[in-house]
Amino acid sequence: MWLPEYQNIFTQVQVQGKPEWGMDDQGNNMMEERAGKPFFSTLVGLFGNAQVGPYYVGWTTLVAFATGIAWFVIVGFNMLAQVGYSIPQFIRQLFWLALEPPSPEYGLSMPPLDEGGWYIIASFFLLVSVMCWLLRAYLLAQQHKMGKHIFWGFAAAVWLFLVLGLFRPVLMGSWSEAVPYGIFPHLDWTTAFSIRYGNLYYNPFHCLSIVFLYGSVLLFCMHGGTILAVTRYGGDRELEQIYDRGTATERAALFWRWTMGFNATMEGIHRWAWWFAVLTPITGGIGILLTGTVVDNWFIWAQEHNFAPMYDGSYGYADYGSYEAFIGQED
Amino acid sequence: MLPKWFDKWNQDNPTNVFGPAILIGAVGGAVFAAIMIISFGNPAQTASLQTGPRGTGMSVPEFNVVRTAPDPTIEAYYTEEPYVPEGGEDLAKDIYENVQVLGDLTEDNFNRVMTAMTQWVSPEQGCAYCHGDVDLEEYGSDDLYTKVVARRMIQMTQNINENWEGHVNAVEEIGVNCYTCHRGENVPSEIWFNITPVNEAAGGWASVQNRATSISQSTSLPSNALEVYLTDYEAVNVHDLESRVEGIPNDEEVASIQKTEMTYSLMNYFANSLGVNCVFCHNSRAFYDPEQHTPQWATALLGRQMVIEMNQEYLIPLETEYPPERLGPIYADAPKAACKTCHKGYQRPLQGMNVIADWPELATTEAPVYE
Repeated sequence: MWLPEYQNIFTQVQVQGKPEWGMDDQGNNMMEERAGKPFFSTLVGLFGNAQVGPYYVGWTTLVAFATGIAWFVIVGFNMLAQVGYSIPQFIRQLFWLALEPPSPEYGLSMPPLDEGGWYIIASFFLLVSVMCWLLRAYLLAQQHKMGKHIFWGFAAAVWLFLVLGLFRPVLMGSWSEAVPYGIFPHLDWTTAFSIRYGNLYYNPFHCLSIVFLYGSVLLFCMHGGTILAVTRYGGDRELEQIYDRGTATERAALFWRWTMGFNATMEGIHRWAWWFAVLTPITGGIGILLTGTVVDNWFIWAQEHNFAPMYDGSYGYADYGSYEAFIGQED
Repeated sequence: MLPKWFDKWNQDNPTNVFGPAILIGAVGGAVFAAIMIISFGNPAQTASLQTGPRGTGMSVPEFNVVRTAPDPTIEAYYTEEPYVPEGGEDLAKDIYENVQVLGDLTEDNFNRVMTAMTQWVSPEQGCAYCHGDVDLEEYGSDDLYTKVVARRMIQMTQNINENWEGHVNAVEEIGVNCYTCHRGENVPSEIWFNITPVNEAAGGWASVQNRATSISQSTSLPSNALEVYLTDYEAVNVHDLESRVEGIPNDEEVASIQKTEMTYSLMNYFANSLGVNCVFCHNSRAFYDPEQHTPQWATALLGRQMVIEMNQEYLIPLETEYPPERLGPIYADAPKAACKTCHKGYQRPLQGMNVIADWPELATTEAPVYE
């Protein structure tokens, strides 16, 4: 008889022992630039590797943290100043508050501090911070003699970040086009951006970005599910299985080939996933960059290119029902 | 505590009870929930009012408990049919002193309107709310601000019914009278005052938004939308009507993202005031496109212009008449009206009850016509 089994969602295997320090055998000073005494945490081990630390601290890390904290503090203190340094109001309105970009009349010039000047300063620090963090990904990969895939993946996200905050505002001739730093306000910006430019859903690059985003989610789920399902046959040893295909790979491949007539390989699935993830911000960034610079009303653009159909039927509720019936007062 | 034979039996027969327990619990719970829903009905049932062609997703959904609940203020509404004059009666302006409005009414009708106004606006204080605690002979006096304001409000009501039929009688005769806003209260609910700037230590664009306020409807959208769009005829539309248009955001004629957020704030206020959503008036895929607007869009457009006129010509000029406690808490400005002051969250105020049929005196600035 089948009985339900309690499936733990956490990592099932933890390895704890002598902390691993990594190699320092090629004159790359990797030991020198790491900070923190490594330790093991069973709790952390439920989610990933049980070993915590040591942490890589190079100049990129220091600069990225220093400028990142500067950005964070500038944004935070602007919010705090906006509520008159009232801590209860700060907590209460935290998700509503924001550091806003300058008003449109300032164009690309430096506005007064309280009308967007702080935003420009904070954005400069954030730019330095993010670019240092990007360089850090490159340098770390280089030290480990790894490929630069993670660097390029992060660079794709940085592309979108730069389009939103730097390239597009410059092309538009106004910092007012940049995104505010605030929880709800940046969502307001997103909606207003779509509405202002005639509905971003008719922007084909936005369409592509959505495809790659949802595709990434789907691929991640398919791959994660497949590997967990064949772990009992050694499927989690994915790299070995690339060049020495075992029963785990055979079963996973058969499953998908019989499911949809085609299957990825142990190597190919990672290329699929990487490209889907990377193309999400690349296509999204192109779509943002074209908005307001090349196309000002995407719905009309879509009509001109014959992919915004008109629907038959009348507008207004009168032809579909009555108000009295809707409120349940029809005689 | 338990008998020894029971403990011994348990030790000898170890059984995993968790598997079956989870199975029985889950299946049993599902069966229980299903029986409850079948017996008592889905407590969260909804219905939708379709507002556009199939395939566009245009509909206004609402929970049944909200949708079919009658407006509680309807029950307290007072009305009385007019006394049709036979001709030759003395008129109010001849009988009473200082009758600047409603002077062409017969005495019966004049007193009928006065009584009704008392019921609609000051049911607790009665006549004294406007006329003071004085003898009937002194009712002509304009000593109290309430009387001065009430006179102006009668003129405003007559103006709305006479000149804004396209809004207040858009679908069928509904009209407005004092009760549409007041609902038995001295001061109507959902009036509004200027509150911007809302943020300290910030100027310009950053100072008027990003606060949960009553006017921003608790969003982080700008709190000055009513001030900008409902006290003056500032353009609300932000779209370019060609796929490519010249200009950069600091040009006067190019709408910025900030301007769009102000429009968004106003539209959100419209929707909340009427208990509807965007697609009651617009096809949300192309908000600007007049070919995809519903007739309600035009009604709302008229409504906006009506509110601007009300604020500009009636409500704001009364500022000097009010005592301090009736003025705005921040700028001591006059109380102003907007959609919600009448609609109170309903598509039609008082759910479409005709409030003008019995009150021809309030339907015109001229002498009333009785039928």
